[in-house]
Amino acid sequence: MSKLTLNTEGDRFVVVVRRFAAPPEAVYRAHTEPKLVQQWMLGPHGWTMPVCISEPRPGGRIRYEWAMPGGGGFHLTGEYLELEPYSRIVHVERMFLPEPTPDNHIETRFEKDGDGTLMTMRMTLPDAETRARMLATGMEHGMEASYQRLDKLSVS
Amino acid sequence: MPQSADRILRLTITYLLYNDFVMLNTARSARLDAAFLALADPTRRAILARLTKGEATVMELAKPFDMSQPAISRHLKMLESAGLIARRIDGTRRHCRLTDAGLDDIDQWLTMLRQALEKNYERLDELLVAMASKRGEK
Repeated sequence: MSKLTLNTEGDRFVVVVRRFAAPPEAVYRAHTEPKLVQQWMLGPHGWTMPVCISEPRPGGRIRYEWAMPGGGGFHLTGEYLELEPYSRIVHVERMFLPEPTPDNHIETRFEKDGDGTLMTMRMTLPDAETRARMLATGMEHGMEASYQRLDKLSVS
Repeated sequence: MPQSADRILRLTITYLLYNDFVMLNTARSARLDAAFLALADPTRRAILARLTKGEATVMELAKPFDMSQPAISRHLKMLESAGLIARRIDGTRRHCRLTDAGLDDIDQWLTMLRQALEKNYERLDELLVAMASKRGEK
């Protein structure tokens, strides 16, 4: 089983490399076709994506909405900038947590690697505040009780 | 409290909770209890709100409150032992600031990103297998 590598490039970028045991066409489609995206781009266990809009053409819209078990969720919007089937996708996205995070510019490349695909995804490293918000959102349900306690304190 | 200060404060607290729950979930309850106790007081919350704007001396922090310096110092001590603020002494001045809870946050963020992506890509591996077998059936 191939493993993911994740490296920072300077202090502004993150580069993720992962190999898949399927040809570039399939991996590319799984990144752009809503019915396929909906099945895997789900984050922590138990989350679902009830809304998935993906219009894979330059200027096409992206909208992913995630729902967490027990209520709550967040969404992401974006636009496709460049598409080279089945080798390259450039898009921009922002999360709403609920305030929008700064635009994340992402380039994803799919290269034939034997009978599989080597995927390289280069994204912008979010700033400190965005990271904090994303960390907070990524935290799993153990956090909920604490937030409820925090809400009761109603920092005013 | 202005909304932006409130948000920064919540982010600071979020970092603390994240550290305690996800990164170092040993000895977490003692620190969390200290943090919640420290936050359960309007004076201490006002002090934290002031510190979201930047470092301040104990004198500056005491100014808006009708309180003796020893009383303010007790509040600061509680905030410090809860890990919410750090103090440094510069000659005769005592400075306070919010703790740099974000010090290792790039590492934390990368860890979270890696976990989320690994889960996603494991699902994608399965989906790709399913897509290939479907195509084989055609």
